[in-house]
Amino acid sequence: MGEAENWPEELFGVLKAEGISQVALVPDAGHARLIRMCLADNAMRVVTLTTEEEGVALLSGAWMGGAKGVLLMQSSGVGNCINMLSMPVFHRTPLPMLVTMRGDWGEFNPAQVPMGQATQSVLEAMGTLVRRADRAEDVAPTAAATLRLAFNTFRATATLIGQRVLGAKTFGKD
Amino acid sequence: MAGKMDRRALVGAVLAGRGAAVVVAGLGAPAWDITAAGDTVLNMPLWGGMGGAAMVGLGLALAQPERPVLVITGDGEMLMGLGALATIAVQRPSNLAILVLDNERYGETGMQETATAQGVDLIGVAVAAGFGRTMSMTTTEDAPGLWEALRAGGPVFALAKVSDAPAPLVLPPREGAYLQARLREGLLGPDSFAQR
Repeated sequence: MGEAENWPEELFGVLKAEGISQVALVPDAGHARLIRMCLADNAMRVVTLTTEEEGVALLSGAWMGGAKGVLLMQSSGVGNCINMLSMPVFHRTPLPMLVTMRGDWGEFNPAQVPMGQATQSVLEAMGTLVRRADRAEDVAPTAAATLRLAFNTFRATATLIGQRVLGAKTFGKD
Repeated sequence: MAGKMDRRALVGAVLAGRGAAVVVAGLGAPAWDITAAGDTVLNMPLWGGMGGAAMVGLGLALAQPERPVLVITGDGEMLMGLGALATIAVQRPSNLAILVLDNERYGETGMQETATAQGVDLIGVAVAAGFGRTMSMTTTEDAPGLWEALRAGGPVFALAKVSDAPAPLVLPPREGAYLQARLREGLLGPDSFAQR
């Protein structure tokens, strides 16, 4: 197991360095290690959502109140967010999203493919700046860059974490 | 129509006691209602994001735990985001109250009936989700009780059956970046622009 296997720990470090205090999520197996670290951190409030669009509204309110947040979800959840993504565009709200991909690389479940293939287009159609990481060593730097873009330039941004990164080992362990 | 309140009279009575509270209003008539009571920097009238008003309130309440936050929204908007009641009940924000102005209609689109017109009970939904304090408001004299309930400890869920008679349009500012920036300055002071 090389350093690349530590990308969830590196991702947690990125959130801490950025001063993230609200972590909104619908769980995904690919985010399981990161979610455990966030739950264990007393300076982070983890809000488990019933649908991902709640997270867009939550983090809009968080920013209005002076708190920085991040939205963690699987690619299928992006589809649930479409209309609510009007909110950060309209208010010019920093809204970083970390999206674990399905329907993307060696997918088993055919139902995951339509939304997985549409994820980047849908985000970009709603004004989100999107960057992808398809190698484990690229995940944390890409996330750090998209978080900075969100908070420095007041917009929605997303890091798509490719299914190739998530791999069988991660799913097996979690 | 007996027992149904005038929405503007109720919102006026509620906001008369707001003190330093932030008030988020769902899109449409609730946004016009809070503006008719007096536009201030601590008002966040939403123009879109239907179904998201209560969650905007939760984000604000968690970010500003010492400050009361009141979400005023309509029955149609609340019905679109019912899951938020579960999310909020689990988070237990002690400084958040939600007031639904229930006219049993989609007011902006031709007064079509909502599910509450057929008996869906939003207070019952809130109780089932785990809200410890709920109230049915039937007169403007109930307004101070909403703030007393919030002081006793939120989250609070209140509902008022209001008349579906249209009220005059009183529009808030329509520029979203301005609405957000003025609220942040009101809450955070000049530092809201100095961050990073």
